[in-house]
Order: sequence, then C-alpha cells, then structure tokens
Amino acid sequence: MAAGVATWMPFARAAAVGWLPLAQKTMPKPPVDKKSRSDEILFVNVSGLRFQTWKNTLDRYPDTLLGSSEKEFFYNEETQEYFFDRDPEMFRHILNFFRTGKLHYPRHECIQAFEEELAFYGIIPEIIGDCCMEEYRDRKKENQERLAEDTEAENAGDAPLPPDATLRERLWRAFENPHTSTMALVFYYVTGFFIAVSVIANVVETVPCRPIKGSIKDLPCGEKFSVAFSCLDTACVLIFSFEYLMRLYAAPSRCDFARSVMSVIDVVAILPFYIGLVMPENEEVSGAFVTLRVFRVFRIFKFSRHSQGLRILGCTLQACASELGFLLFSLTMAVIIFATVMFYAEKGTKGTTFSSIPASFWYTIVTMTTLGYGDMVPDSIAGKIFGSICSLSGVLVIALPVPVIVSNFARIYHQNQRADKMRAQQKVRQARIRMAKKGATNAFLQHKEDGGLQDGDGDSTPLCVKNRSAFEHQHHHLLHCLEKTTNHEFTDEVTYSEVCVTDSLGFRTSRSTSLSSQQGATTTCCSRRAKRRAFRLANSTVSVSRGSVQELDTLHVTKTPAGTQYPQSRSSLNARTENLKLNCDDYTAAIISIPTPPANTPDESLPNSPAIPGILRNSRSSTFNTQETVKISSL
Amino acid sequence: MGAVVGTLTMGERTKGERRRPSRDKIDDDFELSIVCHRPEGLDKLEAQTNFSKQELQVLYRGFKNECPSGVVNEDTFKQIYAQFFPHGDASTYAHYLFNAFDSAHSGSIKFEGFIMALSTLLRGSVREKLTWTFNLYDINRDGYINKEEMTDIVSAIYDMMGKYTYPALKTDTPKQHVDAFFQKMDKNRDGVVTLDEFILSCQEDENILRSLQLFKNVI
Repeated sequence: MAAGVATWMPFARAAAVGWLPLAQKTMPKPPVDKKSRSDEILFVNVSGLRFQTWKNTLDRYPDTLLGSSEKEFFYNEETQEYFFDRDPEMFRHILNFFRTGKLHYPRHECIQAFEEELAFYGIIPEIIGDCCMEEYRDRKKENQERLAEDTEAENAGDAPLPPDATLRERLWRAFENPHTSTMALVFYYVTGFFIAVSVIANVVETVPCRPIKGSIKDLPCGEKFSVAFSCLDTACVLIFSFEYLMRLYAAPSRCDFARSVMSVIDVVAILPFYIGLVMPENEEVSGAFVTLRVFRVFRIFKFSRHSQGLRILGCTLQACASELGFLLFSLTMAVIIFATVMFYAEKGTKGTTFSSIPASFWYTIVTMTTLGYGDMVPDSIAGKIFGSICSLSGVLVIALPVPVIVSNFARIYHQNQRADKMRAQQKVRQARIRMAKKGATNAFLQHKEDGGLQDGDGDSTPLCVKNRSAFEHQHHHLLHCLEKTTNHEFTDEVTYSEVCVTDSLGFRTSRSTSLSSQQGATTTCCSRRAKRRAFRLANSTVSVSRGSVQELDTLHVTKTPAGTQYPQSRSSLNARTENLKLNCDDYTAAIISIPTPPANTPDESLPNSPAIPGILRNSRSSTFNTQETVKISSL
Repeated sequence: MGAVVGTLTMGERTKGERRRPSRDKIDDDFELSIVCHRPEGLDKLEAQTNFSKQELQVLYRGFKNECPSGVVNEDTFKQIYAQFFPHGDASTYAHYLFNAFDSAHSGSIKFEGFIMALSTLLRGSVREKLTWTFNLYDINRDGYINKEEMTDIVSAIYDMMGKYTYPALKTDTPKQHVDAFFQKMDKNRDGVVTLDEFILSCQEDENILRSLQLFKNVI
C-alpha cells in the first residue's frame, strides 16, 4: 500500500462509524495499540550527517528497513540515534522518498551504487517516480549491456582450455581466437594473404596486357597468362576448401556452423570453381558459367573474419534494418510518383527520351540522388519544373534516415572500442592487483622471520614490534595455526631454491603431477602468456601442499630436464613447503594461477632435513624464473 | 503564485508549528488551479475539537503531506478508499462519505472540516455520532431517510465487498438488509426514518451503543 494510506487510516476507521447502525452482527474488538501514539522526532546519523525526521514519516513504509523494527539493530543507546554506516548523500534521496512518497533517481550518481543503497534500505527500485524512471532504466540497461559484454568477451576469448580438450575443441578455438596459439595465428595470416591474392588476381586478370607478338588486339592479362592465373586460382580455392572443411570438422555444432553467414560466404566463394570443373565445355552452359565467376568477388567478404570494422558495419546494417527499409520504401514511393509525373509531362515532346514510366525511373533516381548524368533531360517547361522539384525532394528524402544509421554505427563502433580497451586494461589491472596482494601476504613471511612466532614469547622480541593492525595479528595467527596443523611451513622461492640446490638426492614423486607439470611447462615459458592460463593440477598428490587462505596468485611448476620429472608446484607465498630431496638441476618455471583450494597429502614419508627449518628467507621480489625448491616434511 | 505566498501574515507561532490565518487564494489572474488553504490557529482548533494539540499536529502533518494544497477533493477520497478496500469498488461509498464530510457542499474539504468530522466521529457524544451518521445516510439532506437513499447506501457498502464473498452475494441481499433496517428504525411505519426515530432506535440497541465506543483511540 502506498505511503499516504497510513496517514488516512484514522480517517478510514473513523468513517467506519457510518456502518455501525447497519451492522447486523457485533463489531470485532479493535487492535490494542501498545506503543504510544504520540509522534516523536527520530535522529538518524548516516556517516556523521545527522538527519531528523518524525517517526510517523518512517512508519509510512513498514516494509522497508527504516519503517520496520529492523532499524532497531542500528540503534545506538548512548547517542540515542540510529547510526548507519552508509553514503550520506544517497541517504538524502532515501529519506525524501519517505517524506514525499516519490523516489527520485539522482542523475549524477552511479546506478549500481544507487541500487545497492536501495537494496540495503529495503526499497524496490520499481517505485521510482515517472519523472526519473526513464533515465534510470536507460542507464541500467547501458550498464547491464556493458557488463554482459565484458563477461562475454572474457569468457569467450581468453578462457583457457581444459587440458583434456579434444583435438576438435582445440582446433575450433584456434579458428575462433587466432591469438591463442602461434599455429592459429600463422594460419590466420596465411588465409588472409591468400584472400587478398585471390581478389587481386581476379581484378588483374581483366586488365588489358600488351598483346602477344604478332597480334594487334589487346588481350586481358587473364588470357595472356591463363596458365598462371588458373594455377593461382586453383591454389587459392584449394586453401579455402581446406579451411572450410577444417572449420566444418571442428565446429561444435555443424548445422549451426553451416547456416552461419561466414560459412555461406565461404561456400559461395569456392563454388564457382568446382562448378566449372564439373561443367562440360558446352557453349550454352559456359555463358552461365561466366556469370558464376562473378561470385568469386565474394571472397572479399571473407575478410570480415579478419577485420573488425567490416563486422561492425555488418552489425550496423543489421541493427538499422528498419531504417534502411523505411529509406527504401520512401525512395520507391517518391521514384514512382516523380517518374509518372515526368513521363506525362514529357509525353508531348518530340523525340523524348522519356519513352515509358519505367524508363523515367532511371531519370528520377539519377536526379534524386543528385547524380545528374544528363543522359535524360526534360525539354518541356512542365518537365523542367517537376524535374527541379524532384531533385529538391531527393535531397530531403535521403537525408532523413541517414542520421539514424550513422548514430547506430557510432554506438556500435564505440561499444566495440570500449570492449577492446576494457580487455586490454583488465590484464594490467589484474596484474597490479596481484602485486598488491602479494605485498600483503609476504608480510606473514616477514613476520615469521622476525621471530614473531616464538610461542609465548612474542612480546619480548624487539624485532616483533612492528606496525601491525589487529587484523594482521589475527591473520598471521591463523596462518600460523595452519602451519601447525599441517606441520608444514610457508616459505618463498629463494629459500626454496637454496634448499633444493643443497639437496641433491633425486627423488621420484607421483606421476600424475609429473604429467601435469609437463603440460604446464610445455605450454610456454613466457610468463605473460602463462599468467593467463589457469592450470588445474588435478591430482596433486605431490609433495607440495598448497595452503591458501587467500587466492593463490602464482604457482610455479618446475621441471627437470634430466628425464626425471619432479613437479613441484608452489604458491609464491601461501604455499606450504615440504622437505623433499629432489634433483633440482635446472628449472624452467611457468607461472600459472590456481584458483582451486589446496588439497594435498604427501605420500612419501621423508626424513626431515635438518637444515630446512632454519632457512626461511624472505624475498619480496617475485622473480618467477628462478630456481626453486620445495620443502616437504612428513606428517 | 508568488503573490499567494508573499501576502500572508504570520499568526501566532507555537513551538515548531506554523499556523496562518485561513485564506482561500485562488489566483484568478493566472487561472491557477492550485488552491492554497491554511487552517486557523492551532489553539482555536483545539478549542473547537476534542483533540489535543499533539494529536492535531500529527493529523495536520499527515494531512499536509498528502494534500499540500490544504484541501481534499473527491477524487482523493475515492483513491484512498480504493486502496483500503481493493477487493471491490469503493467509489460510490466514498462519494457519499465525501458529501457527509463536505457539509458546505463546496466540492473540497479543508482541514477544519476534516478535523471537525473526525472529532465528532471519534470523540463525540453518542448523539453527535448518530447525527453524523444520519446525515451520511440522508443523501439529499431533506431530514428524512427513505428507502431509496438507504438502498443506495447499503448497495454502496456491499459494493466495497467485491465479488468474492462467502456466502455469495445475491442480488436482493441489499434489499433485505434495507428492509431489516427499516423494520428496526422506522417506528411509525411511514416509510421514512427521521432523525429522532433513528437516534431512539439506535439507543435502544446495545450492540450499536457498544460499538460506537470502539474507535475512541484511533488517533
């Protein structure tokens, strides 16, 4: 029920007196109103900004936070006010809603922030007043589109393949996202090159070349070098056919793929060649065949896979289909009208070019689009008058739908630009966030090094006295508990590598992790590339336990070249390290990020290396391509 | 519009309240449809009604919030009632109610009129309440309630119930109700009910007397 209704309740109840004499039954007892009805002023403190309002004002909407007893949770006894730790600027609007019954959307605020505030105070956004509803809806839609784009782009493009993807899936990915692998990129450029070559060949073969010796007539190059051109054509068609067949094989849904626009273009591009092969050398049929060669020019549309601009253009035309339709329709109408008028106006003239109405169509179109070839010109005065009216109106009719198309194009183009920019920036942003996180988590190792983990003795060590918040204390305590639980300790790369170098005993670890490390190492050595992969070590029964209180940022997978694979995966900071006597000669590290929670049991019992516990060197620099060691200790 | 605000003088101020002398300002020059009305002083209203100052303040604040112009018109009445009784059609009853409130038949109800009626209904004596009710039933204000008027009122009340009732409403339910009413109220069987008959009959009925006290603490 709307707000104001609460105000009228006493009136409605009083008016019920009018029913009493008519009542045939006894009236029910009225509800007992326990709390005092006298109105009071409530103080609401929102992040320091103090608002005051009547209690009745808030009671108007009993299904919101402020109108219900939920606000008692925020009541501060000492200051006798309701304290909310929220945005005071937004609260103004919320309170105005209670006062006036209308919710307005402040145009300068972020739409998501506004929605969050509404959700907090228990107000549904649907009651935004009509004055602001349109603006709200537009911005909300824009926001949603933008978010949808980003997640879609993220998922589609850079989502890493699971390691067990079939050949087909891999192939499809290579086709759809050429930048994912070198092979795909090579293929992409090769096809692009051949498309260009094919189109240029089509064009050049019609250019007149110098005639063969002895002949006078100019030959088109296509006939002079017919062998060369046909070889080129054959090669191109072979490549295109191969590409098409590969795409068809790799497509997850062949029917959908066969129906898609790009595949139709592909087919149309290569079909004339095959039809030419099949067709006999027949005079009458070869005429039709020549026409088919025209379709070779459709190869140029294959470029739309390579060019985003073309795709945008296609999108725009699709989006503006209705405007284009309108343009076409209005043009047709105008053409017919003016053609008729011109025909009848010029009918009297001797030897006129306006022989029929359809013939006049040509004149009308040429005039309306202000081309004015001059092959058809009116002679009579009436014809000239109507001709001038025709050209004036042509400008108008064409100018009307064009801005709509242009604005659509601009919108789609900008959307695309924004999506690309966002994707590029996303990586940088995430890298920076990772660095910041790493700094925080290194603090624990630093803390340990400073001897902060001396049981019961923490205060006495002066080294321990650092500026650490209560939160950090608790966090460190937590990590410490974890260490104690698993009987493993956190360490970092440098320490790890040192320890590994000192232990020169080879040791085999489980095969599964060796496999996975192999995969991880072979993917790439380039850290930039590798960061983008999420590497799931499915059975990491290895030596390494990865404890993670937070998200694991990096994982190092190392591999020895000496044939024995010792996959050691370790997070740069939160990993539990174990003592493992390994052969760690040479390591190539690929950096991967692991979102999975840790799970691990060391399956071999190994003697504790005595040297290990003492070595807990901390390194703040994250050098990823260094040698690393994994310490494993038995449980 | 500025003239409306500018020429008002301040009445006596009470703590936190503003009361200005009542004035009807319809600005004919600009043909504004906004009528701005301000009620009389708080003290005066307190004297005239059975409400305390606090209660009047609460009532006025609510009233002013809903009707910033200071008057209620019939459409608002109908809307309010439609919200309270969403099942059926409350517009007819609201119309009669409006007429009962709007004793001067001006087409709009000012705060004073509203308050007076509320005071009567909630805090008035039995006789006052019954008189008010009689005026509600007596649609044409001729001093008599005849069967047609009563049928209209009763039909309006039944309309508020809506279609889905238990037991289901029959077409002659209002009529039966009216007959029962007249049976009770019309002492001299002349087909109309006068004020005295009405008051007398109601005072004889224990139920009615008791239920008249029900709404005393509504404010």
